[in-house]
Amino acid sequence: MVTAVKEKTAARNDLDPALLVRAYRVMLLARATEDKLASLYRAGMIKGGVFLGKGQEALSTASSIFLKKGDIYGPLIRDQAGRLAFGDTVLDTLRTYLGSAQGPMRGRDGNIHRGRPREGYYAMISHLGALVPVVAGGLYARRLRGETGVVGVTSIGDGGTSTGAFHEGINMAAVEHLPLVVVVANNQYAYSTPNNRQFVCADLLDKAAGYGIAGFKCDGTDPTACLETLRLAVQAAREGHGPQLVVASLLRLVGHGEHDDAGYVDPDLRKANVGRDCLEVGARQLIEADLATDGEIATWTKEAQAEVEAALNKAQREKGPDPTSEDWQAISTERLVDGHYDAEEE
Amino acid sequence: MSVTYLEAIRAAQEKALADDPRVFIYGQDVGAFGGAFKATKNLAAEFPGRVMDAPLSEDAIVGLAVGAAIEGARPIVEMQFADFSTVGFNQIVNQAATLYYRTDIPCPIVVRLPSGGTLGAGPFHSQSMEAIYSHYPGLVVMTPATVEDAYSMMLEAVSIDDPVIFCEHKLLYYHLKADKLPDVAQPAGKARIARAGRDATVVTYSAMLHESLQAAEDLVEEGWQIEVIDLRTVKPLDTDTILASVARTGRLLVVGEAWPWGGVTAEVISRVATEGFGLLDAAPMRLNAKDTPVPYHPDLWAAHRPTATTVGARLRQLLTQ
Repeated sequence: MVTAVKEKTAARNDLDPALLVRAYRVMLLARATEDKLASLYRAGMIKGGVFLGKGQEALSTASSIFLKKGDIYGPLIRDQAGRLAFGDTVLDTLRTYLGSAQGPMRGRDGNIHRGRPREGYYAMISHLGALVPVVAGGLYARRLRGETGVVGVTSIGDGGTSTGAFHEGINMAAVEHLPLVVVVANNQYAYSTPNNRQFVCADLLDKAAGYGIAGFKCDGTDPTACLETLRLAVQAAREGHGPQLVVASLLRLVGHGEHDDAGYVDPDLRKANVGRDCLEVGARQLIEADLATDGEIATWTKEAQAEVEAALNKAQREKGPDPTSEDWQAISTERLVDGHYDAEEE
Repeated sequence: MSVTYLEAIRAAQEKALADDPRVFIYGQDVGAFGGAFKATKNLAAEFPGRVMDAPLSEDAIVGLAVGAAIEGARPIVEMQFADFSTVGFNQIVNQAATLYYRTDIPCPIVVRLPSGGTLGAGPFHSQSMEAIYSHYPGLVVMTPATVEDAYSMMLEAVSIDDPVIFCEHKLLYYHLKADKLPDVAQPAGKARIARAGRDATVVTYSAMLHESLQAAEDLVEEGWQIEVIDLRTVKPLDTDTILASVARTGRLLVVGEAWPWGGVTAEVISRVATEGFGLLDAAPMRLNAKDTPVPYHPDLWAAHRPTATTVGARLRQLLTQ
């Protein structure tokens, strides 16, 4: 069955005011966490890269905030906010970046490659697009055992839409009519490569029609628009309408990683609508709707920063993994471990 | 009544589906059509909704299996030919193979690879991929050479909690027969002495077992008693059984159908050289396919792969060193 592409625009009065506030506070917490990560990186306290989602907090928060316990979330690089909205903690974030053995990845993987798959929070690999069929597979298994009303959300960027895995994954999810929402953050550049070297369709949303799935677009700098759009997309998936593609335009307000000064970004884009900071837009929206005052927002910001500091104090005191007691075993079946190389070392 | 290697694989999948509701099969043409080789014949009708045709997307097929495994399912996926698993390579080696180490969640998937050369199959329907998958940590690589192993190792592949690359040899599908399916399974991870001998050890696996056994038989007339070891799984590799055999015979030839650079035969020789150098009475030898794509023409193909004739010739060299 081919579903016509539906372009929905935000109907702004449908959202629960408490949700708007909650979403904004998640965005603030993500920003405070990432500001801290950036300063830790500059101080040389983080080994490896730091990859931030500054400017993408509204879309990322909206991606997962409508998910429930039992749903599946497969976040990508710039989803600190969505991770927190799904239940990840600042403490686990810092543990993973600082290599604490008590973090979910136990020092075996770092930074954004974290998750708790048993809780529906999948851990990305670096290969873009690869998570699309995996989240689809999680949904497939849930359906096979008779669960209904489950939704899976995963994220991708404009660059990731060019991968084979993205195409194969969405097409398969469409064939299987799975409740998968794929959120495309078109932040105008894949590392340094601009949109015009990535695709030539007029809009990434056009791809939805090609796969026969529903499509939504929204302004990724507008928190209310992101929330309203994702609310509709997640609801449609949950109600059995198959995969949903959401495309949002925005601009990454930092480099690809903290090592990158993003000097390639067109200065005009920074001044355009896509270059707006979604946190500023969100603050204005809350104040205009009488949902917050300047003073409250300042207080929430301080509270977010304090939460980050407290988590950092704890994570910094935790030990990293011990190579001498590390269980160097890549499979779980003890009797099928090839022990030859251990014998060689001894 | 007899049962073929292919029927054993089909029967094992049927039993796995019947025994465990978490098992499902996903792959191209595996549904009503029953698979390109009929390894899933009638299973879609027998187990509705659990044996499904997939779009032509190897990456997505393996990715789906990994996601399903995270949620507690035990998928079997069929790559129509081992050669096409390169399109799903990323999901196999980076997603499935790293999941347990990274997240402590096991990844119980079986990736079936119809492997190896057959007459006229050419460069892209003939490959042996066991070495490249064995190179990556996090995978178990099975290479059954007998009907009994095809059956019992498939059942074991489904039952263990780790990703298994199941290399089933297409040349054995129809011709290799046994009287019946085995009642008792030999566990994976242990090699088997397929023929006992005294003068030299041949270590091999998959279809090359049968070429090697024929060569051993051919050398009886010349007075040689050749021991032949079937590795059964190439990862893990049962080094102890190999070393014990070399300790008895003092001579080693390793035979594989895959390409010569690196690979299983090189790994076996490396282990024997480092751990059992003193056991060797002669330099170890190996025999592989030629270092070219697998050719189409029957005459070229016959010369490209090791056969009983070339195994026998190499053994004579080894025995007179």
